[in-house]
Amino acid sequence: MAEKLTLAEKLWRDHLVVKGENGAPDLIYIDLHLIHEVTSPQAFDGLRLESRDIRRRDLTIATEDHNTPTKDIHLPIAEPTSAKQVQALRDNTEQYGVRIHSLGDKNQGIVHVVGPQLGLTMPGITVVCGDSHTSTHGAFGALAMGIGTSEVEHVLATQTLPLTPFKTMAINVEGSLRPGVSAKDIILAIIAEIGTGGGQGYVLEYRGSAIRELSMEGRMTICNMSIEAGARAGMVAPDQITFDYLKGRPHAPAGEDWDEAMEYWKTLKTDDGAEFDKEIFINADELDPFVTWGTNPGQGVSLMGEVPSPDSFDLASDQESAEKSLQYMDLQPGTKMKDIRVDTVFLGSCTNSRIEDLRAAAKLVKGKKLAEGLTMMVVPGSQKVRIEAESEGLDKIFKDFGAEWRFAGCSACLGMNPDKVGEFKRAASTSNRNFVGRQGKNARTHLVSPVVAAATAIRGTLSAPSDLED
Amino acid sequence: MEKISNFTGVGAPFRYSNVDTDQIIPAIYLKRIAKTGYEDGLFSTLRQDPDFVLNQPEYEKAQVLVAGSDFGTGSSREHAVWALRDYGFKAVFSPKFADIFRSNCGKQGVIAGVISNTDTVKLWEKMESEPGIELEVDLPSQVVRCGELEINFEIDEYTKWRLSEGLDDIGITLQNEDKIEEFESRRASWRPKTLPVKGD
Ligand code: SF4
Repeated sequence: MAEKLTLAEKLWRDHLVVKGENGAPDLIYIDLHLIHEVTSPQAFDGLRLESRDIRRRDLTIATEDHNTPTKDIHLPIAEPTSAKQVQALRDNTEQYGVRIHSLGDKNQGIVHVVGPQLGLTMPGITVVCGDSHTSTHGAFGALAMGIGTSEVEHVLATQTLPLTPFKTMAINVEGSLRPGVSAKDIILAIIAEIGTGGGQGYVLEYRGSAIRELSMEGRMTICNMSIEAGARAGMVAPDQITFDYLKGRPHAPAGEDWDEAMEYWKTLKTDDGAEFDKEIFINADELDPFVTWGTNPGQGVSLMGEVPSPDSFDLASDQESAEKSLQYMDLQPGTKMKDIRVDTVFLGSCTNSRIEDLRAAAKLVKGKKLAEGLTMMVVPGSQKVRIEAESEGLDKIFKDFGAEWRFAGCSACLGMNPDKVGEFKRAASTSNRNFVGRQGKNARTHLVSPVVAAATAIRGTLSAPSDLED
Repeated sequence: MEKISNFTGVGAPFRYSNVDTDQIIPAIYLKRIAKTGYEDGLFSTLRQDPDFVLNQPEYEKAQVLVAGSDFGTGSSREHAVWALRDYGFKAVFSPKFADIFRSNCGKQGVIAGVISNTDTVKLWEKMESEPGIELEVDLPSQVVRCGELEINFEIDEYTKWRLSEGLDDIGITLQNEDKIEEFESRRASWRPKTLPVKGD
């Protein structure tokens, strides 16, 4: 009888080029290499230095996202270092013949939104990018990993990577989400449970009925934040929802290729009886909307709860870090999360800027007004999402509400472009990192789902969609 | 990477210990986009002193740096090695290197050879008594020669093999090119391709 394997192990097996001997790493084939302007210039320079070519430009694609402005995109990029990085990407891709989607192009946008939107991200493949949130693509049942600049160069030159095998963790999420609770809340709850280092060395497989009920967008939101738990990658086994999402996209297989792919894709699940190195269980029925109170994504609580006291943590190190976080966040233990007033709301980033996220938020804010004194920025994940949203009139809903409607990019997620949360300002943000200074110097970030972002924008304090009913 | 066996170059006596990578190249040079051209950042603070060794004309073409103990500690920035390499250094000797720095050297074709404290001092005195003197670095026999001095250095076997074969990580992977090609020949046609461009 064949060996029982987990999904991740099957993908490893199917991409093994050379099995490493005597402690040497395995050589793994890479199906898809995504590139953006921040982590690629030195890799291209390395190629030039060694007079090497790109092995498979037909498996490589670039987009501009981290540094690009989200308004006045017809003007030259104002910030000189940003302009230089973007220009370097344009020059490099031109010299090496790599496909690029530049500012203004319909397929320009956050690299992790662009891959799936083009149908390039699909089940059973390996995906890498010089960006930690590459884990997003695991939502399709792909093995997707973030890599460093030397590795970007390695993949450009060889289309492979020397990698050491990982451990596997099953995250079982059973039950059904209540209204107003979404994928973002699941992943924030998972990270709060296992900690920001809990996934270290593991590939996470999200399983269970609550995951099966999620749309592809929701699964991407969850896999996106696997890295915030320290994991190497996160994935969801493909099913009919995956196949329906993919079918007909520009680069999805067609005709006989589709049939052949489907035959293989249907085998892509963890075998019954296969063993994970670790398993955890989450009950979806009981989940509330989740928000962070601190300065790492593991410092989260139910929105119905309170800012915790540092004393409530067992470990001295956790107490100390909670104290520091609360100081930075300017929060008092015992404050009801719902009493926290924000200055700004950011709806965007590779975690939550897809069409479904925008629709969910628009539905809530339609016909309402942005709370007094607040600002709100809506940044679609890609130009295509922006166009699609406009065709549905979502831009008008957001603008009437009082929000700014922007062009696509990473934007205030990390503030490499001019979009930043102001100093000592408090943001409800649908992004993935609430690190100190991440969204701008001394900016305070609460990570939230798109619907919590919308409810908060209406009420001015951190709010659940259910708070809008009374 | 170039294969390295023997080479001869001007030696520079660098009488400093505990030199971290911030001192080798400050963070401000990390905002750049290139992997080359970091020579201006090398020891940029120390170089503001006109008496600094590398500011002396005899050492203008130095290729071999002889440093004190604990060289390359601190941040893992590969830029530190890029700066040394771009300045023209092909080898650095020290009684002790930080691990990551030494491994980064190996990736960039720079020899990081460990010599004893006594030998370090001997080399410094020799170089200072005859500024601009050349050192012969003999990788196969792991010896550095300077005038009548003949000093053994240590380097791990795997790195030595890679340097003498001129192999970086990519070079090593490419030794398996036939296996990569064979793998590609079996790659199913449904798997993604970014070219030709499809859709709009
Ligand atoms: S949106 Fe944020 S997390 Fe995502 S790729 Fe851009 S900067 Fe990184």
